[in-house]
Amino acid sequence: MSKKTVDATIPTIPLTARFQRWFGRNLIRVYMVLAFTYLFIPVAYTFAFSFNDSGKSNLIWKGFTLDNWKNPCGAPEVCTALANSIKIGLLATIFSTILGTMIAFAIGRHKFKGRSTSNLLIFLPMATPEIVLGASLLSLFLVFKINPGFWPTVIAHVMFCISFVVVTVKARIASLDPRLEQAAMDLYANEFQTFRRVTLPLVAPGIAGAALLAFSLSFDDFIITNFNSGTVTTFPKFVYTAAARGIPAQANVIGSGMFFLALAIVIAGQFVNRRKAR
Amino acid sequence: MSFDASSARGDLILTRITKEYGDFKAVDDLSLTIAKGSFFALLGPSGCGKTTTLRMIAGLEEPTVGSIHLGETDITTTKPYQRPINTVFQNYALFPHLTIFENIAFGLRRRGIKDVDAQVNKVLNLVELPHLAGRKPTQLSGGQQQRIALARAIVNRPALLLLDEPLGALDLKLRRQMQIELKWIQKEVGLTFVHVTHDQEEAMTMADTIAVMNEGQIEQMGSPAELYDNPKTAFVANFLGQSNLIKGTISGNDGDSIVADLYGQKISLPKHRSHAVDNSIYAGIRPEKFRISLLNTPVSGNVLGGGHIEDVSYIGVSTQYQVAMPWGQELIVFEQNDDGVAPFKKGDAVNISWEPVFTFALRGDEDVTAGSEVNPEVLDEE
Repeated sequence: MSKKTVDATIPTIPLTARFQRWFGRNLIRVYMVLAFTYLFIPVAYTFAFSFNDSGKSNLIWKGFTLDNWKNPCGAPEVCTALANSIKIGLLATIFSTILGTMIAFAIGRHKFKGRSTSNLLIFLPMATPEIVLGASLLSLFLVFKINPGFWPTVIAHVMFCISFVVVTVKARIASLDPRLEQAAMDLYANEFQTFRRVTLPLVAPGIAGAALLAFSLSFDDFIITNFNSGTVTTFPKFVYTAAARGIPAQANVIGSGMFFLALAIVIAGQFVNRRKAR
Repeated sequence: MSFDASSARGDLILTRITKEYGDFKAVDDLSLTIAKGSFFALLGPSGCGKTTTLRMIAGLEEPTVGSIHLGETDITTTKPYQRPINTVFQNYALFPHLTIFENIAFGLRRRGIKDVDAQVNKVLNLVELPHLAGRKPTQLSGGQQQRIALARAIVNRPALLLLDEPLGALDLKLRRQMQIELKWIQKEVGLTFVHVTHDQEEAMTMADTIAVMNEGQIEQMGSPAELYDNPKTAFVANFLGQSNLIKGTISGNDGDSIVADLYGQKISLPKHRSHAVDNSIYAGIRPEKFRISLLNTPVSGNVLGGGHIEDVSYIGVSTQYQVAMPWGQELIVFEQNDDGVAPFKKGDAVNISWEPVFTFALRGDEDVTAGSEVNPEVLDEE
């Protein structure tokens, strides 16, 4: 009974104030929706046109088909190019991750003469325009009488991926508490066992992230590859060349496929992390 | 040359250890023997060199000069993993990627010990956390992590267990509880504990022997009672509890006693409690040893007259008085509240008296503020 009388005395809030409050609370969400729309429209476009019953040119929507997904190698050379990109990407990833991790440990953990200089120089390939890097690498290869092709491309990719690996792994090493390694040594682990049992497992997420980054940089690269690959066609090169005649819908299939693969890896990584934390 | 010293046992002997970082001497010509099976505390303010000393014993730092022996074995240059010494680190340093069980098993596995399961479970029971074996360190509270860090060290049955401010991160109540538990565990497992702390109460509660360190050197070493009752320096007198230090001169001898003149008033103190080198002294008396009496009350022992109560603070078990003396100094007096109420009030004219045997004498050229301006609670981090 008394409750009702209390209710009656609660003053109502004016409509404009209520709208202002709603707007204030939801502004961040509105902004988020707009930002993601902007970011994902190109991806959505690519994905949608992978289902286009296009024929030669994939510019105008002509009708829905699953044929492109059923037969991604349907267009001439698209899968050869993809295979080349994956091969170069994997090799570049393996070498740049191993070398870059070693450099990161050297710079992050040891004091030696020229450390700060190395620290600075390692950023240089990241800051140099790719077009300059690609052209100078080509002239370097030609000076040494090495013809452009598969291996020069791998070497070039390893070179520009190393910087990114070093930066990524070094950040992880910097966040590692040195007392954990001291504790391992205190608990009868020698230098190698300490590295194997404590340091490496703790730095591993950084190394894995660096490897993924290296692969996507290598897979994606067009400029440096174009200078140094000679007759070898990579996927970006294929798409670029095809653009003149009309890009086949299979390119959209492969592009979308890579996007979903990357998404799956990120989600799996999150899942594993969450399970580890539990 | 380094070799495996993991079977070494016995007293820990530091001989003339110096550790320099550039121009800075962190530890300065320090010699020390820690008896096997004892609970030893290195006590001092931040930057006094106690943690550096501990790290040299653990093998994480090498002394610039000097040697470290464990029993007969020289371990000065052996690697940390070759020493039968384990450490409980200040921030515990539990391996975040391993479960609690694997954290504790780490040392056993590295040494190739067979019955890992049984030993880990036994030590988990000792620290009363067997149900947490499968968890990760980040899922534990500070107090639990502290116990696991202890378990991870003592499961190896080291000749020496080093504790680097192990209770620093815990709140006061938990710290008190862990002090008692640590002491109990030390008795239970019978290991030598070396405990580094800036907390004088913690050191006094747990340790058999305390070495008070200041500026890389040991100021004084002894049992908690010895250090408290008969400090040799102003630093020790002020760092362990509070002291009243009154300037004076030695004016004569009386058998086993020294007679001293404090601003015109004669007092006496036992000869063996004087650490003065000449006639100039500081007479030291702990606040709880003082008695306060009104002017016309008969008193015995040493008496200083002419004071009046400046301030009264009631603290429950005791009352703290500040008594202004004629020469301008304020003396601190703790009186037990065994009569229920504080009998003196602000402005009362009083005498101060105490038993001569409680007096100690320091060198007259000491800095009377040494050790007192250090607030250990604030200077927590090293």
